[in-house]
Amino acid sequence: MSKAHFFKELKSKAWFNIGARFLALIIVFLFFAIFVEDGKFYTLRNLENIVRQSSVYATAALGMTFVIITAGIDLSVGSIIALAVVVVAWTLNIQIDGANGELVYLVHQYPFATPLLACLLAIAASSLVGLLNGALIVRLKIVPFIVTLGSMGIIRGLAKGIASERDIYPPEETWIGGLMDPTLTNKAKSWMLLPAGVWILIVCIAIASFILKYTRFGRHVYAVGSNEETARLCGVPVGRTKLIVYALTGFFCALAGFMQFSYIGGVGQPTTGIMYELFVIAAVIIGGASFSGGEGSILGTIVGALIITILYMGGQQMGWPKWVQEMVIGGIIILAVAVDRLRHSKLA
Amino acid sequence: MRGIHKRFGATQALRGVDISVHPGEVMALVGENGAGKSTLMKVLSGAHASDEGELFLDGEPYTPGNPLHAREQGIAMIYQELSLAPHLSVMENILLGIEPTRRGLILWDEMKSKAAAALSTVGLENLSPKTPVNQLSIAHQQLIEIARAVALDCRVLVLDEPTSSLAAKDIEKLFALVRDLSEKGISVIYISHFLEEVQALSHRYTVLRDGETVGDGQTADASEEAIIALMVGRSVDDLYPRSQRTAGSVVLETNRLAGIDKPNTASIQLRKGEVLGIAGLVGAGRTEFLDIIFGLEPIASGDISIGSYSGSALPALRWQQGVGMVSEDRKTQGLALGLSIADNLTLPKLDGLGPGRLVIPSQQAKACEPWIERIPIKCQSARQPVCDLSGGNQQKVAIARLLHADVDILLLDEPTRGIDVGSKAQIYQLIDSLARGEESEGRSPKAVLIVSSYLPELLGICDRIAVMCRGQLSKAKPVEDWDEHQLMATAIGQE
Repeated sequence: MSKAHFFKELKSKAWFNIGARFLALIIVFLFFAIFVEDGKFYTLRNLENIVRQSSVYATAALGMTFVIITAGIDLSVGSIIALAVVVVAWTLNIQIDGANGELVYLVHQYPFATPLLACLLAIAASSLVGLLNGALIVRLKIVPFIVTLGSMGIIRGLAKGIASERDIYPPEETWIGGLMDPTLTNKAKSWMLLPAGVWILIVCIAIASFILKYTRFGRHVYAVGSNEETARLCGVPVGRTKLIVYALTGFFCALAGFMQFSYIGGVGQPTTGIMYELFVIAAVIIGGASFSGGEGSILGTIVGALIITILYMGGQQMGWPKWVQEMVIGGIIILAVAVDRLRHSKLA
Repeated sequence: MRGIHKRFGATQALRGVDISVHPGEVMALVGENGAGKSTLMKVLSGAHASDEGELFLDGEPYTPGNPLHAREQGIAMIYQELSLAPHLSVMENILLGIEPTRRGLILWDEMKSKAAAALSTVGLENLSPKTPVNQLSIAHQQLIEIARAVALDCRVLVLDEPTSSLAAKDIEKLFALVRDLSEKGISVIYISHFLEEVQALSHRYTVLRDGETVGDGQTADASEEAIIALMVGRSVDDLYPRSQRTAGSVVLETNRLAGIDKPNTASIQLRKGEVLGIAGLVGAGRTEFLDIIFGLEPIASGDISIGSYSGSALPALRWQQGVGMVSEDRKTQGLALGLSIADNLTLPKLDGLGPGRLVIPSQQAKACEPWIERIPIKCQSARQPVCDLSGGNQQKVAIARLLHADVDILLLDEPTRGIDVGSKAQIYQLIDSLARGEESEGRSPKAVLIVSSYLPELLGICDRIAVMCRGQLSKAKPVEDWDEHQLMATAIGQE
C-alpha cells in the first residue's frame, strides 16, 4: 500500500474525522494553557467554567446538528432560547389567590412543582415554535434560511412581548435557577461532580447520538439531507422527517434555555441569546457537518462547541479586546470549513 | 498525445495512452467506464496535468496549464452534463467570456450578430439569441454549447457522450452537424458507449481499457463485435440473455392512466414472469408514466391496480405493495451519493435490521453482503460511500435496493444509461434471472417494466414492448413482432 493510498484510507475512516477534531481541540486548549499567565487557564475552576459556558451552545447545537444534516438551517435558535428563558421566568411569577383572598406567588405555594411546570411550559412553547418552523418549510416549500430568518424576529418579539420588554425577576430562587451552579466551590453540591445542567447535556448527547446512529429516523435524517429525491423514491416520509427535526431543535433550545436562565443568574431576560445562532451553527460546522447535508455527527458538534467556547474564554483571559476575539472566532470558522473542503477534494 | 501517464494516489488512471486525431477527422474514443476516457480528455483540456508523456498540437509541443489556456488554443470540451448558465440568454452563453466590449461596456448589437452567426452554423437560425437558455430543450442546449465552441474558433471539439439524453431525431441532427463541422476542418473526438454511433459517424476509433490504448484503426474495417471484444477484453457472445420464461397472472394494470401533463392515456397489463419494455422518444411521457405508477407524480385520470390494491399511493405504500423503482437519473434522484452502499441499499426497507425500530449499522452492512456478492457490486465494503464507485456499480446499488426490499414488480427507468458494457451485461443477466424467479426467496418470478431509449437493449431482453408516443402508449406486442424500424416509426408517430 502506497503512502498516499494509506492516507486516503485513513481519511475515509469516521474515527479519523472525529480524532482530527479532538486534536484541534487539544491544540487550541494547549495554546491558551501555555499563553494565559500563571497556568490560570487549566485550573479545575476554569475548566468547569468552560464546560458550563459551552453547555448552552452544545445543547442547542444538538438540534442544529439534525437540522444541518437534513441540509437545512435554523437561524431562530437564539430567539427560541430567549423564549424559553422568558417563559420560565414568567411561570415563576404567576400569582394566584391565596387562602386569605390576597394574591400569592404560585412558586411560594409549590416551590418544587412550579419550576417543573415552568420547564414543561417552556419545552412546549419551544417545541411548538420549532414545529411551526418545520411546518412552514415543508408546507409552503420556502427555504429554511428564509423561514427561520423570519421566525427569528417573530419569536424574539414574542419573548419580548411576554416579558413586556423588561427583565422578569422571579420572586424566589428555585432549583431551576441553580441548574448551572458550580459544584467545585459549592460544598452542598460537590457530590454531583458537575453542574446538573451539564449532566442533562451528557444524557442528551447520548440520546441524540443514539437516535442519529441506531434508529430508522436517524437513517432518514441522513438520507433526506444527502439526496431528498432519493429519500422520496425510497418511501422515506421526507416532510415528516423535516418537521420532527425542527421540532427537536425547539426542544433542545428549551433545555439550552434552562441552562441560560441559570447561567445569567435566574433572570428572565428577553434579550438573551442574541447571536447565539451563529455560535451554534459554527459549532456544528466546525464539528464536521456539511451545509449541503448528509454529513455530521453529535460528537463532532460537541467538540466544535468546546472549541468555540475555549476560543471565546481563552481570548478573554488573554486580555484580547472583544474585537480581536470576534475576528479570531470568525477566522477559525472559515479555516475549519476550508480544511474540510481540502480534505474532501483530496478524497475525491 | 503520446505515452500519457496519470496517477491519482495509488490509482494509475492512465498508463501509456497514445491517441491522435487529424484535421477534419471524427475520431471515436471508446472504452468501458473507468477505462480512462474522461481523465484523458481532462489532460487534453488542461484540467489535469499528465505525469508523463507529451502532447502535440499542429506538430508543436503543447502543454495546457489550465482549461482557459486550452480553450485559447482552440480545444473545446462538451461534457455529458451541460455547462450553460441557465438564466442567461442564448447569446450571453455563446459569448460568455469573450463578449465584444468597448471600454468595458458590452456591444449588444455585435453580440447579437456574432451569436446569430454561431447559431446558424449549428442549424438554429430561427432561434432568437435573446431566449433564456432554461427555456430550451436539452437537445437545443447542447447545440448552444457547440455554437459556443464554434464562436471560439475551436479546432478540436471533444464531445463526451453527447447523445445520452437526446431522442433519435435530435441525434440525427447532431450527427449531421458533426459531419458538417468535420468537413470544415474541425477535428472531433467523439466519446460514446453506443457502438452504432461510432460506426455511423467516425472515421477512426481508439479503444481504451484500464488506462491503456488497446486498439485503434479505421472504423470501416472494424466490426462491432471486434470493438466490444477490445473494450471488455473478452468477447461478449451473448449480451442479451432471454431464457424461456412463462408469463403468469397480471400483477400491475393501468387503465387509461393520465398525468397532469403526460401521458394522456396509457394502459398496460404487466404479468408475473415477464419483462415488458416501453420504447419511445425522450419526453414522450415514459418517465412520467413510471413516476405516476410509483406515486411520485399525481394521477389526473384513469386508474392503477397492483394485485388486489387499486388507486393512487405514495412511494412508501408502493414499496409495501411490493413495487420498487430505479429512477432515470441516478445522480440527482436515484442515489444518495455521499452515503454508504449499505445506507442506500437498505433505505426502503429498514425493518429487521435491529430490534424494534432500531437500525444497527453492522446489520445493515451484513444485509448488503449477499447482493454485493451476487450481482456483483465491485467495492471495498458495504460501508464505502456510493460516490467512490463507478457508474455501473452505482447503478447496481440502485437495483440491489429493489432486491433487498424483495419487491415483486420492478419499474426500471433507463437502467443501463451511461454505464459500461460489462455492467450492462450483468444487469441484463440479473433482469433475466429475476423474471425467471431465481433471485427471490420463494423463487417466485418477478415482473419487470423497463423504459429504455436504447432499442437493441429492449429488443434483446424484453418479452413484450409497448411504445409511448406523445403521451399515448401503444398496445404491447410480443418482441418478435417488432424490429428497430417499426419501434422508431411508432415512436415518432408514423405508424
